[in-house]
Amino acid sequence: MTTERNIRLTVNGKAYESLVPVRMTLVDFLRGELDLTGTHVGCEHGVCGACTILVDGSATRSCLMLAVQADGANLMTVEGLADGPELHPLQRAFQRNHALQCGFCTPGLLMTAYEFLRDTSNPTEEQVREGISGNICRCTGYAPIVQAILDVSQEAG
Amino acid sequence: MKPARFDYYSPSSRDEALELLGQYGDDAKILAGGQSLMPMMNMRLVRPKVVIDINRIAGLSHITPRRDGGLAVGAMTRQRELERSALVLETAPLLSLAIPYIGHFQIRNRGTVGGSLAHSDPAAEIPAVCLTLDTEFELASSGGERTVKAEDFFLNHLTTALEPVELLTEIRIPQTVGNWRWGFQEVCRRDGDFALVGAATMLHLDDKGICLEARITTFGAGGTPMRMDAAEEYLSGSSVNADDRSEAARLVSDALDPISDIHASAKYRQDVGGVMVRRALEQALLAQALPFNEGEDAA
Ligand SMILES: Cc1cc2nc3c(=O)[nH]c(=O)nc-3n(C[C@H](O)[C@H](O)[C@H](O)COP(=O)(O)OP(=O)(O)OC[C@H]3O[C@@H](n4cnc5c(N)ncnc54)[C@H](O)[C@@H]3O)c2cc1C
Ligand code: FES
Ligand code: FES
Repeated sequence: MTTERNIRLTVNGKAYESLVPVRMTLVDFLRGELDLTGTHVGCEHGVCGACTILVDGSATRSCLMLAVQADGANLMTVEGLADGPELHPLQRAFQRNHALQCGFCTPGLLMTAYEFLRDTSNPTEEQVREGISGNICRCTGYAPIVQAILDVSQEAG
Repeated sequence: MKPARFDYYSPSSRDEALELLGQYGDDAKILAGGQSLMPMMNMRLVRPKVVIDINRIAGLSHITPRRDGGLAVGAMTRQRELERSALVLETAPLLSLAIPYIGHFQIRNRGTVGGSLAHSDPAAEIPAVCLTLDTEFELASSGGERTVKAEDFFLNHLTTALEPVELLTEIRIPQTVGNWRWGFQEVCRRDGDFALVGAATMLHLDDKGICLEARITTFGAGGTPMRMDAAEEYLSGSSVNADDRSEAARLVSDALDPISDIHASAKYRQDVGGVMVRRALEQALLAQALPFNEGEDAA
């Protein structure tokens, strides 16, 4: 019987070791076991994007991975963006552009934008819209989010 | 905890996985990218007794040229890797055209080519493309291997020729020689949704622009992707001019017998299925309309 397993992983540069039930999703592990509640959980079937984190550098739905599958992986969550009190340029741009209201979608959008900007230099507005199409926001109407991401790409480029 | 209880195995070799499959068969589910299986487990639409995670098996993820000029793609190759592969763009541009339509990039980062084929959603892109490319699949079990043609693989809605003890290990894309053109079109309500209906086409043209062979597939319009024989036959020998394309679209609409559901009516799928074919044929003829070809020119 293999209903629990020991896993080791790195989250935001810090090493963790934990015994987890094999049916626990990665997002529940992050929030419930590691107390990293910055990652949000919405639909739990891959559609809303709120739970998006980076797994070995790739934006991934953490509701569609089991915690055991992250054994040996290097994760980055929204808590890993800021450098101490110093916000990440993406977070500053979101703040400046009012790209969040309730903030539910924000962690997933930030992690999505993180990979998107790493892979796409000088994106067009069209590309940004396509890039964030897998993340649902019920508050902002997206325009300020698109603007924030374009702002960061212009700062960088 | 969302999914129901299960036993979990993460074999490190293909043989180990096949042994587990042989042992548990129908009680087991293979876990590939998890982008279809995990939602179904989270909603408890499926409750496997045993989950066999094949993510830690080496040798199931590759895109390699074959000696006969075609391409071999490992079942665990992520959709995102196919999307970015220069080799795929060169050998099977139809696949490069279709992959970006799958969900969103976060889904493609994790979702695999084998998972999409084994899951076999009627509206999925990869099965439709494989059927158009005359792809073959390698299926393995502890008893040995067999090769199944795409046309014999997709049986019905979410049903394939895979036996419960079999693992899909590789897809084999034959080389196309000569002047081939490619078109892929689909319609959906929002970017990233499953298609309401779509079409994939390939045209083999001679140097006068006469069609030597036409391949036309519709998807989302039946239980499986389907080759449109009447339209294919009609186009071969023609110059695929505007009238020919309209007639092919009409033949396709005539051949379709789709279902109505909350997303679209049968009549809509039937009519728009024809329109998708017509547009995919236009796209195939106007090769410069392909974004990927533009990219190549610029490089
Ligand atoms: C928000 C969202 C949007 C999506 N949009 C689309 C879309 O537009 N088009 C589309 O085509 N798909 C879409 N998908 C599904 C996605 O493409 C999946 O990746 C794919 O359907 C399944 O691949 P997977 O690797 O994730 O397989 P899994 O989910 O791990 O497995 C799917 C099924 O196949 C079986 N299986 C997997 N691999 C093998 C193998 N090698 N041998 C035997 N059996 C195997 C599993 O047991 C399971 O039954 C979407 C998913 C999400 C969450
Ligand atoms: S909670 Fe994971 S995508 Fe919605
Ligand atoms: S800010 Fe409320 S959902 Fe996006």
